[in-house]
This record gives sequence, structure tokens and C-alpha cells, in this order.
Amino acid sequence: MKADTRPFKLPAARLESALGDAKPPYSDSEALIEANRCLYCFDAPCITACPTGIDIPSFIKKIATGNLRGSARTIFASNMMGISTARVCPVEELCVGACVYNGLNGQPIQIGRLQRYATTKALEQEAASSRPLFTAARDRGKRVALVGAGPASLACAAYLALEGVTPVIFEKGDLPGGLNTTGVAPYKFNTEDSLQEIEWLLGLGIELRTGVTVGADPSLLSLVESHDAVFLGVGLGADHALGLPGEDGPGVWGATDLIRAIKNRAGFKIPADVGTVLVVGGGNTSIDIARELAMLGVASVTLVYRRTEREMSAYAHELSGARRYGVRLRERLRPVKILRDGERVTGLRMSDLASASEVDLACDWVVLAIGQAKITSGLVPEIQFDDHGRVRVDPKTRRTQHPKIFAGGDCINGGQEVVNAAADGREAAFAMLKDWGVRPALAPTAPPAGMTTPLPAAANEMTGGT
Amino acid sequence: MADLSIDLGGISSPNPFWLASGPPANSGEQVMRAFDAGWGGAVWKTLGEPIVNVSSRLGGIDVAGAKLAGLNNIELITDRPLDVNFKEIYEVKKRYPKHAVVVSLMVETRDDWREIIKRSEDAGADGLELNFGCPHGMCERGMGSSVGQEPKVLETITGWAKEFATTPVLIKLTPNIGDILDPGLAAVRGGADGLALINTIKSIIGVDLDTLSLKPTVGTESTNGGYCGPAVKPIALHMVGALARDPRITIPISGIGGISDWRDAAEFIALGATSVQVCTAVMHLGYRIVEDMIDGLDNYLTEQGLASVQELVGAAVPGFKEWGDLDLNYNVVAKINSDLCIGCGLCYVACLDGAHQCIHTHQNLCSAYHGEPDHGLGLRTEIAPPQEHALNGGLAYVPFVDEDECIGCNLCALICPVTDCITMEEVPGAKPKESWNDRLAKGLA
Repeated sequence: MKADTRPFKLPAARLESALGDAKPPYSDSEALIEANRCLYCFDAPCITACPTGIDIPSFIKKIATGNLRGSARTIFASNMMGISTARVCPVEELCVGACVYNGLNGQPIQIGRLQRYATTKALEQEAASSRPLFTAARDRGKRVALVGAGPASLACAAYLALEGVTPVIFEKGDLPGGLNTTGVAPYKFNTEDSLQEIEWLLGLGIELRTGVTVGADPSLLSLVESHDAVFLGVGLGADHALGLPGEDGPGVWGATDLIRAIKNRAGFKIPADVGTVLVVGGGNTSIDIARELAMLGVASVTLVYRRTEREMSAYAHELSGARRYGVRLRERLRPVKILRDGERVTGLRMSDLASASEVDLACDWVVLAIGQAKITSGLVPEIQFDDHGRVRVDPKTRRTQHPKIFAGGDCINGGQEVVNAAADGREAAFAMLKDWGVRPALAPTAPPAGMTTPLPAAANEMTGGT
Repeated sequence: MADLSIDLGGISSPNPFWLASGPPANSGEQVMRAFDAGWGGAVWKTLGEPIVNVSSRLGGIDVAGAKLAGLNNIELITDRPLDVNFKEIYEVKKRYPKHAVVVSLMVETRDDWREIIKRSEDAGADGLELNFGCPHGMCERGMGSSVGQEPKVLETITGWAKEFATTPVLIKLTPNIGDILDPGLAAVRGGADGLALINTIKSIIGVDLDTLSLKPTVGTESTNGGYCGPAVKPIALHMVGALARDPRITIPISGIGGISDWRDAAEFIALGATSVQVCTAVMHLGYRIVEDMIDGLDNYLTEQGLASVQELVGAAVPGFKEWGDLDLNYNVVAKINSDLCIGCGLCYVACLDGAHQCIHTHQNLCSAYHGEPDHGLGLRTEIAPPQEHALNGGLAYVPFVDEDECIGCNLCALICPVTDCITMEEVPGAKPKESWNDRLAKGLA
């Protein structure tokens, strides 16, 4: 087993470095103006829309009053991945989309950018002072193994660490962070940003072991035996392939594989003779890679999708963002065959579902963004899967059928957002703590969606009214 | 266009908008630019024995990001030689004969008053404003508010000024007193031609939490100053109205205190002011604001069917009553327009925590109750079923009012961020008007 080797070594020449920040950080003035615009709604719809239920009006109010430490703590209390989710969350679909200003003047509060401001500033303050944002509770003599160093495991481990539990994360790769490190669009959050967040999280008291594949040695069973609980945050497997003639060979990429190369692979470049790329798929990953390629200078990037735009699972704001960089969409095309001249890809033959004819589109690369495999092996027999290959868990506690094994993130939801993984990690950590009779000191301040505010008992007994 | 010209106790100007005595009326060059911008008059920065000022001098209050809701200063009267000021006053009057140039004065002895009044009038002043209001720096030397707080002294000095002056004498009052009628009546007894109020309110604007110095900081220390700006308007409005409605106050009033736009001005005029004076708003945004003050007031008067601003003076005074005269049988209730509601919940929580628990929200969260054991769970949805607003996945709920319980306090309407979403509507009552004083008279109370 390899010990944690912080700081993480990153290749100096990474292609993602060429891509700037799509939403640059707020200056102090910008943050104050935006924070003061927030209405401080009661029972705010933005909170309900957040999968981790961050008390958004409170953290924004704290920015307005200059209490940045309190603001960041409010965020982390509900979401330990508050640094990355500020950047990678599809806020237009979540908190920002729920802001009541949408119904007033169409100018919703930029919650993600304020969250980035609060967390960045608070961490800067923390680094400049001797007062940590969080102090862990005394050691409770419990150890938890977490498999995979993605957002779900990191969130789970962070909450455990703060409560005096020792979390040990086993990561098969060299770099922790899961898709935050290897898969997020660089113009939202780049690898350095991700590793910086992780270094801060590890500083809360998380042990990380990279280059360790859980399966044969150590086996999951051995981890279960040697730890008080195990959390599975294994994410998803390899990119799906189409199984078409001509698919094997250079010039055909899995989308997450190509994104990882752009983000982290030393010296990776897009060859100058790659001028036309077809991206197959209709989800957010297809949009991400298409936009990244267009931003990196590929002259022609076209999404090909077997249904119509309306049916794409990708977010509308992501598609329009990609279109601003010249990405085009062709609908109702189903790939049939990769055309090659020798080794070299020359085009993609597709069945045009509108006209029931075949059409050949010339290209230099084909990128397949049609989903990723589920990880179903190397586990223990008690763990069950649903029809889609997702690990079955109790929806509240994220406990699997094995009482000591919990799971969260993409392996239980098939591939959702970082913020969903963060919520899973937190709920699993709280469920473990509850098993051990530990009441977390750091509890979310906002009631989760649907929770009631109980009437004080004394008020119930009052009969006089007002 | 409505006639905006005024005559205040013998001082005439093309419109009621005057610069108040302060930094915007410190020099001839400034006052001429102000007149070019449209100001009808200016009260010159107070003249007296030249003083020495400190640095810094101003402190401001921001409210939710809005700058200068209140301003405080520790600046004193003019720090420029008297002969320079008089020369500039002369130049201004020569070039702007129709504009009002009132000179603010603050000196100590009878002889001082005689001399400075003569020199002011020789320079061409249209009137004099005796500064009996400044609450910092000068009052410790027996001037400013220390005069305004002693009706007898105020009356005596007013008498001196009237003895020496040939132009109208206005008395500028301090709000730092118990009842504004005391100095107001003293000024009338002294023979004043008009009143100007309010001067600034004695204040400490804040504490620097890093250094624990008061603001505005002079080195590591500071002192109390004078508070002005939009935040003081209600205090000024009350004092102007309190004087205007008293039949013993027989002289005109120049209203001062937080006036920033034509609406503020119209309110002061309606409560009895003949002219209005502006300082903080000009310090914030410049002389140019007078354009909309003139334009807006003109439009308002025309829409009201008033031919001149004179017709507005005091028009709201008859409605200024004692609490005991108000109708106890008059009722309004809040109505929430569900089409306009954006679901922020602010009315709900304001009513729940800050008023009378009459606004309800969706079942899960409603804590408002009226003594019925199960009401904490919002079971009175029969009043009006809550409407859901679906905003891209987040759910916002339209709160609803229990009109039987609503006491008509206005709070929800005041805090609602949406224009006209919450309105207060009259509930026609069966009972005739009856006030507390009516009840006392009938022996019912």
C-alpha cells in the first residue's frame, strides 16, 4: 500500500490549462452587491432545490454582514464539497433556478458564485490565521474504510473525521477526487482546484491511500472485517462502446477517457490534423467534451444524437453554452459504422431516422458519450443491484443490504451530480454516527426538505390566542 | 407648468429648492454652478469667526448595500476668511439677482451679530439664517445648538438680529430638544420672519471594529457629530408638521432633513414647508438632482390640479391629528395577490415573529396559531388553500391571510418585495366613527 503523498504531483503541461474560468471569482464589491440583493427568503425555495439543503439565505446574509467564517461553516455544515459544488453544480437547474427572483425580474441570485466567494475567502482567512474553520472531536476509536476517493467518499470521510472517527480512503488511481479531478469541465473547475479542495478536506483528519485497488488485495471483505464500517464510493466504470464495425482503433474515444486526457495527461495534445469531431450522445458529458474540444480549437464539433433536442438529458443551459463556442447539434442520427481509411478515421456512417436513409459524415475523431459501465464485481454477496446496475441502498441512510456497508454517489444513482454524491456521503456518515450513538456537532442548519417545524409544546397548550 | 416660485417671509426664489447651509454652499463658484443646475436658492455655509477643522470629518451609514442612508459630520462652520465669503456673495448676487442667497450666521456677542449682519447685507444677502442648531464643536463654545436648546437665549439673540437686520431673519432650529414648539415659539416671540429645520441630530455614526475608534476617526479618536441624510427625514417631517399645525406659529417654514427627491420635498411642503433645503443628497449625487426635483414636483402639481406650489403648502396639515382623535372603528386587512406573489415567505415570517401570526403558509411549515391546539400544523387551510408556485424544481408557496385575525398593521405590505402584491384593503364596518377621545367624552373608556 502506498502512503498519501501530498502535495499531489500534477503534470506541468496539461491541456486543460488553456481553458479559462467560465465564471470568474467575485471581487469583494461584486460579492457584497450580490449578497445584499438576496431577499433572505423564509423557507427559501433555493434550499429545497439543493440536494444537500444548504441554508443558502443564511450563508448569503453572512457574506453581507462580513461574517465569512460563519458563511463558510454554514455551507460546509450541509455540504463538505462546498468548494467544488460552488463551481460544478448545475445551479441553473437547482438553487439558482429556484430563486424567487426568477418570478420577479428574471435576475436570480448567483448562489454558486457567492458560495465560491465565501468558501475561498474563509479558507484564505483560515490559512492566514491560527484558527481552523473546524476542529475535530476527540478520537472515538472508530475506523471507517472508504472505497474510491470521489466526492461521495470525501464528504462522508470529512463528516466522520470531524466527529473523531478515523476515515481511511482507498483510491485505485494516483489522484484523489474522482470526476472532480478527472472529469469536470476545466472551465468550471480544474484539476488544481480539485486537488486544493481535497488537501483542505484531508487536513480535517482523513487518511488517503492512493494506488490501492480494493478487490483482490485488500478485498472488500477484509476491509469490512478490519473496520467499523465501509463506504463504497466507487463511481462508474469505463465508457460504454457502441459495438460497431470500425470502432476499435485510434481516433475513437470514450468521452470520459478523452476528458481525463485533456485534464490530467502529461503532454496530451489534440493533433493539428484533427479538424472535425463528432460526439455521439445526448447527455451532459457529450456537451462537456464537445465544448471543451471547440474551446481547444477543433474547427468543427458536432453532437449527433439519435433523438431530438427536446429529449436530450443534457441541461438546456449547457447546450446553449456549447453552442456559443460553435458546437452544432444533429438530431435523429444513429451511428452504424466507423469509416476508416486504413488506421485513420474518415467518417461516421449513420442511419438518418427521419428519412430512413444512411448518411456519411466526415470526421477525424469520433467521441462516444453514451454512458459508463456500472461496477458490479469485486464486492460482497450481500450487496444487491437494481435493474440498472445501481447499488441498492436505504434511501435515508445509504446503507446497503450489508449492515456495515454504505454506498453513495454515482454507483447508487447511475451518474448524477457532485452535490448528490456529497449528500450521500453526509447521510451515510450521519447514519454510521447514529449507529454508534454519536450526535454530530456539525449538523445542517436548514431542515431538510419536507421536515416540519414543530410547534413548541407550550404553544400547543395555549388557548388564549393572540 | 405649475408656478414653482415662492416667497418665504420676504425672501423670493424661482423655485422652493434651496441648498442647505453646508459643504455644497461653501463658495461662490459652487453656488453659481448650483444655480446654473436649477437650484432656486442657497443658504451659504455658516459664517462666523473662522475656525480650524479636523480630518477626517464624515461618517456614513449603508443599509443593505445602499450608500449614505445616513451621514454624520464633525465639520464646523466656514474655515475661509469672512471677507472672501462676502466678496463671493456679492459676486453671486450680482450675477443671479433673482435667486435667493441667504447667509447662515453664527457668532457670540451682540456686537458680533451687529457687525456680521451688516456685512452680510452689504454683500447683498437676501436674508439671514441664524444657526442655532449645530450640535457639535460650536455648541461647546456657547453657540449653535446651545442657543437652540435655550428658548430664552434664542429669543434674545433673535431680537438682536431683528434689531440690526433689514432683510428677513430665519431661525434654524436644532432637533436636539424635547419639544420643537419651545424653540419655535421663542423664535416667533423674538420676531423671526421664518423658521428653518431641522439642523443635524447629535450622533455617533459608528465604531470601527478593527481599531475600536469611533467614526469618523481623527487619529485614534473621535467625537459626537451631527446626523443627517435620508434616515432623519421622518424626524424632520414630524417637527415641521408639529410647528405648522400650531396656530401660534405664524411664520413660514423652510423644511430640512433628508430631502433627496421631489417626493420628499412635496411631503415637507404638504406638511407646511414653503421652501425645502437639501444638503446630503447633493453631497452624494451632485447639484444635478435638482432637475428631477423641479420636473417631478411640476408633474405632481399638475396632476393634482394645482396651479402653484403655494397651493400645496400645508395641505396635509389638517390630517395630522392626535392619536386620541383617530377612528377606533376603522379596519383594514392585508390581501395577497397570488398572481404577483413570488413565494419569498417574508410576509409569513414577518407576521409570525414580528406581528400577529395571521399569515399562514403551506401545511408542513406553518407555525402560526390562534390558540387552537392543532393549528400549529396549519390546518386552517380552509381559509384559503395554499397555492404552490413551481419554480424550476424548487417549490415556493403563496402564503394566505386569515382576515378574521389580521389587525391591519401594514407590516407585510411594507416588507413585500413585489410592488402592489400585498395591499391593505378597508373592511367596511357597521359602526360609526368613534375615537378614544369620543369614548372618554362619553365616559366609556
